Amino acid sequence: MHISSPQFHQNARRAMADAGLQKALATSRPHFLERRANAVANLPEFEMLRDTARDIKNHTLAHLDFYLETFEQNVEKAGGKVHWCPTADDARDAVLRICREADARTVTKGKSMISEEIELNDHLERNGIQPVETDLGEYIIQLRKEAPSHIIAPAFHLNRDDWETQFRLSHTDLPADRVFAERRDILTEARAKLRARFLAADVGITGANFLIAETGSSVIVTNEGNGDLTQTLPRVHIALATIEKVVPTLEDCTSLLRVLARSATGQDFSVYTTFSTGGRRPRDLDGPEEYHVVVVDNGRSGMLGSEFQDMLRCIRCAACMNHCPVYGAIGGHAYGWVYPGPMGSVLTPSLAGLDRTKNLPNASTFCGKCESVCPVRIPLPGLMRHWREREFERHLTPATQRRNLGLWAWFAQRPALYRTATRASIGALKLLSGKRGRFKSLPMAGNWTQGRDLPAPEGGTFFARLAAAERARRP
Amino acid sequence: MTPKEQVLGSIRRGLRRSALSDEQAAPLRQRVAAHPRHLIPARSRIDHAAQITLFIANVTKEYGTVIRVGGVADVPGAISDYLASQNLPSRIVVAPHPALRDVPWHDRPLLEIREGRAGPLDPVSVTQGFAAIAETGTLMLPSAPERPTTLNLLPDTAIVVLQASRVVGPYEDAWDLLRAEGGMPRNVMFVTGPSRSADIEQTLELGAHGPRNLHVVLIEDHVS
Ligand code: SF4
Repeated sequence: MHISSPQFHQNARRAMADAGLQKALATSRPHFLERRANAVANLPEFEMLRDTARDIKNHTLAHLDFYLETFEQNVEKAGGKVHWCPTADDARDAVLRICREADARTVTKGKSMISEEIELNDHLERNGIQPVETDLGEYIIQLRKEAPSHIIAPAFHLNRDDWETQFRLSHTDLPADRVFAERRDILTEARAKLRARFLAADVGITGANFLIAETGSSVIVTNEGNGDLTQTLPRVHIALATIEKVVPTLEDCTSLLRVLARSATGQDFSVYTTFSTGGRRPRDLDGPEEYHVVVVDNGRSGMLGSEFQDMLRCIRCAACMNHCPVYGAIGGHAYGWVYPGPMGSVLTPSLAGLDRTKNLPNASTFCGKCESVCPVRIPLPGLMRHWREREFERHLTPATQRRNLGLWAWFAQRPALYRTATRASIGALKLLSGKRGRFKSLPMAGNWTQGRDLPAPEGGTFFARLAAAERARRP
Repeated sequence: MTPKEQVLGSIRRGLRRSALSDEQAAPLRQRVAAHPRHLIPARSRIDHAAQITLFIANVTKEYGTVIRVGGVADVPGAISDYLASQNLPSRIVVAPHPALRDVPWHDRPLLEIREGRAGPLDPVSVTQGFAAIAETGTLMLPSAPERPTTLNLLPDTAIVVLQASRVVGPYEDAWDLLRAEGGMPRNVMFVTGPSRSADIEQTLELGAHGPRNLHVVLIEDHVS
């Protein structure tokens, strides 16, 4: 597993000094925020639909074993096969086995985060099978040998000229005088290159946004149509999905779809929402002959019944990272693993272990924006706080921080002393700040005052002001 | 222990219970069989004429186009006029659907017609829509021998012929139509506008891997 989360601080510093990344973040982020806001404003029932979405997911998680078994029965009824995979290794092997049985040399791929998580492409390549990413953003980062920096917009960190540079490098047949003046020119070039790949592939691998127990279907949601070409043209379709993707019925899925696209790209509905159920039927003129669903656990079942169970409701819409000020400052790569932003800061420690990822739950201002936009109402800051508690319990917190926290706790447990001390320090700070009412630098807070002044406290302590307000209210 | 038992066992350990008994599973089975609806937005709970108007408005908002025609006899004219107005080739691949076989294509001899699934070189496809969802301007295109999936994907221009009576309000009504008329086929595509990508600087560009143009020919057949 490639993970650079232990170097989060260095990563973040590098990201903030990366002019290209900062430009990309500044250009792209406002689009997401504005589009979601518009979509939500146009649907008066949106907040109620979030409750529905949360409830559907909670119901499913409480009966996950039942719905997964029902799903499998219905996949088999439709002529498909489910492959159960407890670990990433099992999932990689299952996919490779299916590809080998199909005598596959090239496979096309639709965007899938679980494929990134289990590092499927490396595994296929090592075994002589060439995986071709077909989502436009995934395609360029595959050429650049990078990881996605965002769960729905993998090339979020790139600017338009990066695309041109990469195409000139990788598409060796490209005439030197070919112009890429418009975004459309980039799109046309990628479309032409990938068309040939779609038609040549032996196996198509997609992810799944949902699995439907009622019908045994896997569902993909895309705008480009690449996922559909991936699963329609080759002889074999493999859908990769984690266990928590299952929902009971088409109606349940439909309710979740109503909040998914709006939260993700701010569309009312994505261009292609496609339900695949088994292989080609008698007399069908197209479609794959074989249909496989690789169902992966890889640590999810361990979250059930824990304080992190709520995280399994996630439908991967990316609203939390789009709205996160930390993500907005450092982008996705700095987080060091597959899942960035607030959802990653909760999920990554669950899947990769807290030892290597303890920086992530701390990479939050707890502003609460992520929770306020999450379509399935995951209490992300609360879950990050649980990780911080565990970090403290397991003595993973740095010594100085532990000492300071200990000191604060000692005071906080002695209210009278605490109030006296805060009163005294307010007074002292006011006095020391002089006429300007602010500090340009402070001992032990150098990092903080480097970027801004610290205003001196005004008025009394909270308790003093509360008491004064109550006195004023009484007749 | 099989991998399946391993996964299910681990789930049950997390949920702190063993496999559900028949009695415990019965209400869940019942829920799947009854597939209850949840909250449906009010916007599409309107009369049928208004649903059609909403459908057209939403397709247009998503960069598709719609033309309303009086009957099947008008379809060839509507299609060839559209292709001419967009400077598109008049070579079309048509779904082998009974409703499209009833279309008097010979009225427009300049249309070059082939029946079947789409190949990589077909510039324009014509397929028969199964239903359409007014709520978001979405076409429901289930696969069938007479409705090949490749027609929705490979050509640069996709044309969908649809009876106006098949426009419904919410997705749930479309699911019920599908359940009543044969159940879940291999593939059901919900299509909302032409293909697009925002992967380059999060700015929308039409015409990614799927069709660049999506045109709906809506045949008035409803009794209002
Ligand atoms: S945590 Fe919520 S907001 Fe973030 S990706 Fe998951 S569903 Fe979307």
